Amino acid sequence: MIQFLFKGLMRDKSRSLIPIIVVALGVIITVFLQSLLSGVIGDSIESTANFTTGHVKVMTRSYSENSSQLPNDLALLGVDTLKESLQKQFPEMTWAERIQFGGLLDAPDSSGHTRSQGNVSGMGIRLLNSTEEISRMNLGPTLVSGKFPSNPGEMLLSDELCRKMKLKPGDKVTLISSGMYGDMAMYNFTVSGTLHFGITMLDRGLMIADIEDVRSALYMENASGEILGFFTNARYDNKLAKEAAKSFNAQYVNSQDKFAPVMLPLSEMNDMGFLVAYSENVQGIIVTIFIIAMAIVLWNAGLLGGLRRYGEFGLRLAIGESKHEVYLTIVAESLLIGIVGSVIGVIVGLLISWYMQTVGWDISSMMKDSNFLMPSVMRAHISSTTYYIGFVPGIFSTVIGAMLAGIGIYKRQTANLFKELEG
Amino acid sequence: MNSFKIGILLFLVLATSYAQNYPTGKSILDKVDKNMSAKTRVMTASMEVGTERTKRTMVSKIYGEGDHKAYTEYLAPAREKGTKMLKLDNQLWIYSPTTDRTVQISGHMLRQSVMGSDMSYEDMMNDKPLLEQYQADVTGTETIDGANCWVVTLTAIIPDANYFTRKMWVDSERFIPLKEDLFAKSGKLLKRITFSNVQKVQGRWFPLSFVYKDMLKDGPGTKLTIQEIQLDTQIPASVFNLGNLK
Repeated sequence: MIQFLFKGLMRDKSRSLIPIIVVALGVIITVFLQSLLSGVIGDSIESTANFTTGHVKVMTRSYSENSSQLPNDLALLGVDTLKESLQKQFPEMTWAERIQFGGLLDAPDSSGHTRSQGNVSGMGIRLLNSTEEISRMNLGPTLVSGKFPSNPGEMLLSDELCRKMKLKPGDKVTLISSGMYGDMAMYNFTVSGTLHFGITMLDRGLMIADIEDVRSALYMENASGEILGFFTNARYDNKLAKEAAKSFNAQYVNSQDKFAPVMLPLSEMNDMGFLVAYSENVQGIIVTIFIIAMAIVLWNAGLLGGLRRYGEFGLRLAIGESKHEVYLTIVAESLLIGIVGSVIGVIVGLLISWYMQTVGWDISSMMKDSNFLMPSVMRAHISSTTYYIGFVPGIFSTVIGAMLAGIGIYKRQTANLFKELEG
Repeated sequence: MNSFKIGILLFLVLATSYAQNYPTGKSILDKVDKNMSAKTRVMTASMEVGTERTKRTMVSKIYGEGDHKAYTEYLAPAREKGTKMLKLDNQLWIYSPTTDRTVQISGHMLRQSVMGSDMSYEDMMNDKPLLEQYQADVTGTETIDGANCWVVTLTAIIPDANYFTRKMWVDSERFIPLKEDLFAKSGKLLKRITFSNVQKVQGRWFPLSFVYKDMLKDGPGTKLTIQEIQLDTQIPASVFNLGNLK
């Protein structure tokens, strides 16, 4: 039966070509949009995670409540032990201590007095003897001049601030900030390299130094403001992150200590909840839109096909085929069209997505003076969903379209069939 | 009806005569300035800074000449020892022995906290007589720790006053502020200072203990205790020299 229907479709191109093209186009767009949106949204989430939030973040309760003020006086203490226990409890994650701080950077003249100053927002990360954080934060392409710190006391500074303060790699500067115990902290650094991100908030005055130097500068021995957790070799998974946070926080649920550690998933930080929810629902939104849009197009195509095949259906009914059987063959034909169109659409859609995943689209020129963290190259992301998502609108919309268009069969009057055929 | 009119008249007369018992704000501020301001000051003070986690006490020696010159050297604890600050007019320099650097602090940085305390550099630097900065109105009387006080509202008359309005409770006997609320132009309460341990210092009343509380921060505030004080004493000009910082 299937072979019979298939032969019919192949021989009568007017019955199959347009619907297959429509289905294939819809599926290509569905597959491409799904992979592109999950790539772009996922990359934005990953950028935020890598720079500021991690997939999960551990802080003290008090720090978490005032985190926008970067209150290092409320930082975590005994970080080595805490990090060790986190590694044991969550072996599927890697952990990185970070210290975020604000301050004033002062460049001296030849007599040691203030020559120029600039406000900095600083970050202490593991830089010496490790490239993990450099690659995680993708700092390589942002290095404009100089080199990454290789000795204690060296730091990276935003290229824009460097130019404003008339600094170059090798120059000495003094950081004036607030220590962990609220005391004034002054510390000498050497600028080893300058960075340019193309993101205003980072280029305005970011300084990055090795976490041990920042600890020395701010009197934060074995302390850090935050410990960031990242799923090893995986993108952000909200369900897993929430489960990890729940299980970690359960250990301290009875503690009254406001310095007890607390773990937050990315979706509960920096207003990321909306983006995470959007990323989780984006596939459903795309599929629904395309099922409706394609079903309407294919319904119309089915109606036109039905008109063209008016005589054929009449003859089949006249020679004794039931309306139900005719209707079922129309639906079965549409199912075949849907499958063929979807296979073509998925293959082409995957090829385009693969290109966008591998090569991407460089939007750095459009990102000048951007105020949010977003990768400068838009890339698609092919996941397991990308392989099957196209079949959902491809098959459903074709079948729904054919079912709607085929209803006309039941309106034919058997008594008038020969009269119609004569006409 | 007549008795009602007489009653109103009597009330007005009494109210006016009561109000007339208030001294003028200017005369109160004048007396406060005479107690609190001096041509020169040399003092050793301890500053107790409370944070959510710990309490630190710093000891410093402070030299001041008028409201233009001030020099502070931190004597303890070890971490702060040797840190020096020099204020000349509106400029402030800080020397840190750990970095061997002299850094100039200016602009909005002057509103930052001094050594993590509830005092800002501006608070620390401002010693201008109140009468030169504010217009004062006496708005009532209250009792603080058993002392009768004039409640004086100060409104800035110069554009660069640190606080737009101040409410000051001035001891009506000794003419020393016992409490002060400092407000922003919006009316928001920014800081509260309470003064205690008022003693006679070289013939004038002077509070030897202050508690500065930044009302926008948690924590107990900063307690400043003056251990030794000399007023109107000779200070060598070399003290207020940039070269004295290193």
